[in-house]
Amino acid sequence: MTARIDARFKALREEGRAGLVTFTTAGDPDYDTSLAVVQALPQAGADLIEIGVPFTDPMADGPAIQAAGQRALKAGQTLKKTLALVESFRKSDAATPIILMGYYNPIYVYGVDRFLRDAKAAGVDGLIVVDLPPEEDEELCLPALKAGLAFIRLATPTTDDKRLPTVLQNTGGFVYYVSITGITGSAIPDTAKVIAAVSRIKHHTKLPIAVGFGVKTAEHARAIAEGADAVVVGSALVEAVRTSLDPQGRATAETIKAVTDLVASLASGVRAARRVAAE
Amino acid sequence: MKPAPNSLRLGPDERGHFGIYGGRFVAETLMPLILDLERAYEEAKQDPAFAAEMRDLQAHYAGRPSPLYFAERLTEHLRGAKIYLKREELNHTGSHKINNVLGQILLARRMGKKRIIAETGAGQHGVATATACARFGLECVVYMGAVDVERQKPNVFRMNLLGAKVVPVQSGSRTLKDAMNEALRDWVTNVENTFYCIGTVAGPHPYPAMVRDFQSIIGIETREQMQAAEGRLPDSLVACIGGGSNAMGLFHPFLDDPSIEIYGVEAAGHGIKTGQHAASIAGGRPGVLHGNRTYLLMDDNGQIKDAHSISAGLDYPGIGPEHAWLNDMGRVKFLSATDDEALQAFQLLCTLEGIIPALEPAHALAKVIELAPQKPNDHLMVVNLSGRGDKDIFTVADHLGGMK
Ligand SMILES: Cc1ncc(COP(=O)(O)O)c(C=O)c1O
Repeated sequence: MTARIDARFKALREEGRAGLVTFTTAGDPDYDTSLAVVQALPQAGADLIEIGVPFTDPMADGPAIQAAGQRALKAGQTLKKTLALVESFRKSDAATPIILMGYYNPIYVYGVDRFLRDAKAAGVDGLIVVDLPPEEDEELCLPALKAGLAFIRLATPTTDDKRLPTVLQNTGGFVYYVSITGITGSAIPDTAKVIAAVSRIKHHTKLPIAVGFGVKTAEHARAIAEGADAVVVGSALVEAVRTSLDPQGRATAETIKAVTDLVASLASGVRAARRVAAE
Repeated sequence: MKPAPNSLRLGPDERGHFGIYGGRFVAETLMPLILDLERAYEEAKQDPAFAAEMRDLQAHYAGRPSPLYFAERLTEHLRGAKIYLKREELNHTGSHKINNVLGQILLARRMGKKRIIAETGAGQHGVATATACARFGLECVVYMGAVDVERQKPNVFRMNLLGAKVVPVQSGSRTLKDAMNEALRDWVTNVENTFYCIGTVAGPHPYPAMVRDFQSIIGIETREQMQAAEGRLPDSLVACIGGGSNAMGLFHPFLDDPSIEIYGVEAAGHGIKTGQHAASIAGGRPGVLHGNRTYLLMDDNGQIKDAHSISAGLDYPGIGPEHAWLNDMGRVKFLSATDDEALQAFQLLCTLEGIIPALEPAHALAKVIELAPQKPNDHLMVVNLSGRGDKDIFTVADHLGGMK
């Protein structure tokens, strides 16, 4: 169902603005709270939702998202429960695209065919699997496309013009440009470089381009939104979850509001952008 | 020797697969680097100057060839197979790890990389890397689990003396797998100038094949040395398995000699049944981690489980993909030895041969103690004595109730 993703980007184009993509981890700090957070995201200003699938060994993630995954695993989160979370979300929201983001092993162990069937049935629209480059497309990417799920690929500063066609080949929904070489949440991206990279990628594809890794504040979001079709924020949101927890690591009355306040502020940043490269 | 078409030594295929194992499961940021590395390695392999430089360093810096030593008193004690020790512990830096490191560091130099990163468990690979970096004037950063920093203190001190920066890793189980995660995170961040020197036959293609090639000198020498000593090839080979580099180095040149029995020994920790072990073949199943598909310790949801072994160098929840393939083919038989068995074998070698082994190869020796008595006296058994035990004396003392 790239239909939901395509429709959302079409609507954003018509509004003449960039979108906000949020990332939070399923099951952080517990299933119910993370579901309530996800349910509150569209109202707060999220245009697309990425849901992190916790994994013990998140090799491309920085300390914030690592810790969120550990909190979720400790609370008993599994891939099965993550699909259940999406299913619950879909009962009240049929329009907001949901993208699962994670690592391959939990999916491989769940079984690729079974996973694709269940994900589709739950209302998942796309997948980002960090450790599946185009060289391993037969594993999950091609079966996912066949099952009607978008396989969203990361393009990075090391993906040069020669490699871009390979990366873009089986990509659907949008392209996720990783704005830095590094792990999630680390450096602050250099806006001018990011915008140059986005226009470089635009020469190779008609797909919308979302930019993420390192975006933390409304001001960053505004700056990036001037050149990108969407801005992805993850580490800052899971940090908002973490700082709202009680000393035992449990959710508090503040947890959901901490996330939605930040999302609202980021959304206002994205909406304030004067877009230089609208198309 | 040129392998025959049905050889077991042809792998991996061009995409890095050994059967269903291996592959390149890495983030896109790293993919161009891995392709670069593969190209550079293929070029180096064809270059006689690279081979000559390797030979020179092996002979004059590492001290190769390492002896193949007839362990006479151990043989008498076990009353069975004639036991030979491949003395990798006599190499410079005290283990087989230097064989691979010299190859990778020469490659890093060819590629113009100035900064070297490595992961280490026991610290032997870290020490070897720090050593080669000092020798060639390269910056060296070693990631080591905080638990391992504690239990392998002497090696941390050695790395510091050699000018390397040791970064204790606090995430996850704070052992080897987490050190590898952290090294990968460093690599993703510092792509321009950094070379990741992986210490075992694991990781994304081309590492498993490249590390194996650099370690194969162990088996190549063993063939010649056994011919010289006994006029024939050995009947069996035994080596311990962390990621599997010392084992693959010994085994690979013998894979096409079907009469030779080959045994890999995993760490059974407190016992396979307890769940506290590091035996990924005995207690794991196929999955994807650290760039390759292989046997892994994990739960039913695909979450990686912490390994346990008294030996920091074996404390890893996976195994190199080529071993996984050889296991499924039935060519290599995988056994396991517990912490206690390894400790007993450790002491036996000390007192019978005057050699203090590392705890890692003590696991291989533990199975030799079981296997050798079942064999006839003319059976020639080679054990890879992959490292020396100086680094482990405090751990052993702890377990044996203090120094007497
Ligand atoms: C002496 C020694 N032997 C064996 C190993 C295990 O590694 P591998 O299985 O790659 O040989 C180590 C690892 O640190 C080691 O130090």
